[in-house]
Amino acid sequence: MNTPARGSLLGIEHLDAKEILGLLKLARRMNPLKARPLLRGKRIVLLFYEASTRTRSSFEFAAKALGAITTLVQSSGSSIEKGESVLDTGYTLRAVGADCIVMRHPSAGAPHLMARHLDIPIINAGDGMHEHPSQALLDAFTILKHKKSFQGLQATIIGDILHSRVARSACHLLTKFGVKLTLCGPPEFVPDVAATLAPGLRVTRHLEDALRGTDVIMLLRVQKERLAGQKIRLQDYIARYQMTNARLKLAKRDAVVMHPGPIIRGLELTAEVADGPQSVIVDEVHNGVPTRMAILARALGKAK
Amino acid sequence: MTRRENASLLIKGGHLIDPAAKINAPMDILLREGRVAEVALPNKIRGSADEKFDARGLIVAPGFIDLHVHLREPGQGYKETIASGTTAAAAGGFTSVCTMPNTAPVVDTPEWVAWLRSPERGAVVNVFPIAAATRGSRGGTLTDFSALQRAGTVAVTDDGKPILDDDVMRMALRLGAELNLPVVQHAEDTRLTENCSMHSGPTSFRLGLRAMPAAAEAGIVDRDVTLAQQIRESRLHVAHLSTADALKSVRRGKRAKARVTCEVTPHHFTLIDENVGEYDTNFKMNPPLRSATDREAIVVALSDGTVDAIATDHAPHAAHEKQVEFERAAFGITGLETALALAITKLHRDHKIPLARIVELFTAGPARVFDLPGRGSLARGSFADVTIFDPKKRWTFEAAKSRSLSHNTPFDGWQFVGKVAATIVGGKIVYRAD
Repeated sequence: MNTPARGSLLGIEHLDAKEILGLLKLARRMNPLKARPLLRGKRIVLLFYEASTRTRSSFEFAAKALGAITTLVQSSGSSIEKGESVLDTGYTLRAVGADCIVMRHPSAGAPHLMARHLDIPIINAGDGMHEHPSQALLDAFTILKHKKSFQGLQATIIGDILHSRVARSACHLLTKFGVKLTLCGPPEFVPDVAATLAPGLRVTRHLEDALRGTDVIMLLRVQKERLAGQKIRLQDYIARYQMTNARLKLAKRDAVVMHPGPIIRGLELTAEVADGPQSVIVDEVHNGVPTRMAILARALGKAK
Repeated sequence: MTRRENASLLIKGGHLIDPAAKINAPMDILLREGRVAEVALPNKIRGSADEKFDARGLIVAPGFIDLHVHLREPGQGYKETIASGTTAAAAGGFTSVCTMPNTAPVVDTPEWVAWLRSPERGAVVNVFPIAAATRGSRGGTLTDFSALQRAGTVAVTDDGKPILDDDVMRMALRLGAELNLPVVQHAEDTRLTENCSMHSGPTSFRLGLRAMPAAAEAGIVDRDVTLAQQIRESRLHVAHLSTADALKSVRRGKRAKARVTCEVTPHHFTLIDENVGEYDTNFKMNPPLRSATDREAIVVALSDGTVDAIATDHAPHAAHEKQVEFERAAFGITGLETALALAITKLHRDHKIPLARIVELFTAGPARVFDLPGRGSLARGSFADVTIFDPKKRWTFEAAKSRSLSHNTPFDGWQFVGKVAATIVGGKIVYRAD
């Protein structure tokens, strides 16, 4: 077992605030429209064991904007289908010349396994219910476009936090900067143990309580099958936790509404909120590319 | 070979701890023809022996008994064999091991029990098979306990899986009561643990892993103890007990004079869920590493007599079964060669549990649980199974040097106090430290 290669990004939890700020600063200097061949000739593999639209395409555009060569390997149509193990797939990709692997996997810790056995940087593009560090970074990037700094900010995450890697990464990131963070949802989605994830976290069941005075509202997708699994009635969830224009008024006037997507209109939020002036959901997607450019540049030692 | 087995061996100058015989004093011991011939004060044994063992500065104890090992045969010889597993057992000071039936195929017939006991397996310590409680360990129809017992099984279990159905468990305990045969339960309510890979708590939440609540163990133990109280003369043994709540049920049963026993593994009295770190699969086993509170309760129960035995749950797996995603990795770790060292380092030195109690948990305790006559004590006439160890010796465990075919241990590189010096089975030295 080895330590991960320099430049790997496995999660937010073990990054310090300085490293995060460094990445965000770098992201601000990245322009997806103006090619900068920092990574010319570098081979980046996008290894996706799970479906993805946003993350995959923005990592690919980010890599290409930096002049790198990319190839996409998915579980279907590759040797993974034939039962090849994660590590053997990693060794194979390394052998064909990969300089970096961007990896999404349904099992928590899969990128950590890869990083312990390969000598090239591994970027976690989402592992099970664990972390989604590039999402947290692009969200931080987005927040800082709308707010002066993290200082004195209040944020609220609403929804299925138990199953959300986006929520875990966001909790780690925001609390590292002293953001007062509240988690809100029914106990099936926000168990009390969630408050132990990071220092300064608070759990509440009441949306009104969660929204009062908040600067940032992060919504999470609610999967209908999860509601059914937890025996929560869809109508009850909507009645208690759906973000509506009326409820949005409880937050600060300039509060921003965020969502990692894909959004389900009429479930966790109304169409009015999704398309309203306080929504920065599209902006988040947009910011994914420069943020991921910064992550890749750092991974391959070209963070200049 | 035959000549050697009839030879005599004098263990001289050691300090004998034999809890069953209530001895904790310097004693010499003469072994002859596979039995204990004499136990006497230093230099009081007259006559000559073919061989002498200088045990000065060492503890001499009855041979250790492990109630719970997976030696993987029949069918999974790539993980471990009877020969390799018992070699590891000997190096760990165990003179007897009880093998679990969750092999391929499952040991559910007298023929397989006999196969396990055959000299052809090449065992270097005593092997006591435990047979499946239900056919194929599928939890439905009971096996032929009586025929299995005649073939040499010392208990029945579906280990690896629980006997979940109330009626099946009731019938198993009833039949066991008639035959004086213990029923060993792997207490896990699998309805609460589907797809789970560790203990439910802050660490599992942080790692995003589906997790087993402590109640999944405690609920089954509670039900089983209640059944054991209801069924006269039934014998329930709780395997690898890991939670504070399950201990409460065991205490309740013991107070009510039900024949309820339990074992605890070295990893559960040493490690907690946090030690899983960043998805280290050598810390994945079932039952999982629990909370610090559970571990504290276990240490108390080891000390106060609630726990009857330390058992390793030695569960070897090949590297390719562990070097995978945490959720896909096989459950289990090896344990035969680190058990005594962990008991001395953690229980004796850190928690001040007397050595005599630790020896009891490896000898008289387990011998009572499965009724192994002539084992677990060095009283005159007992089997000449002896474990000799140095309670002060410092050493470092290296997984790569393990005698087991598999190296899936969380204790690689650990520094220990307490090491086996020699292991004697039937009067014959089967392991001697360099």
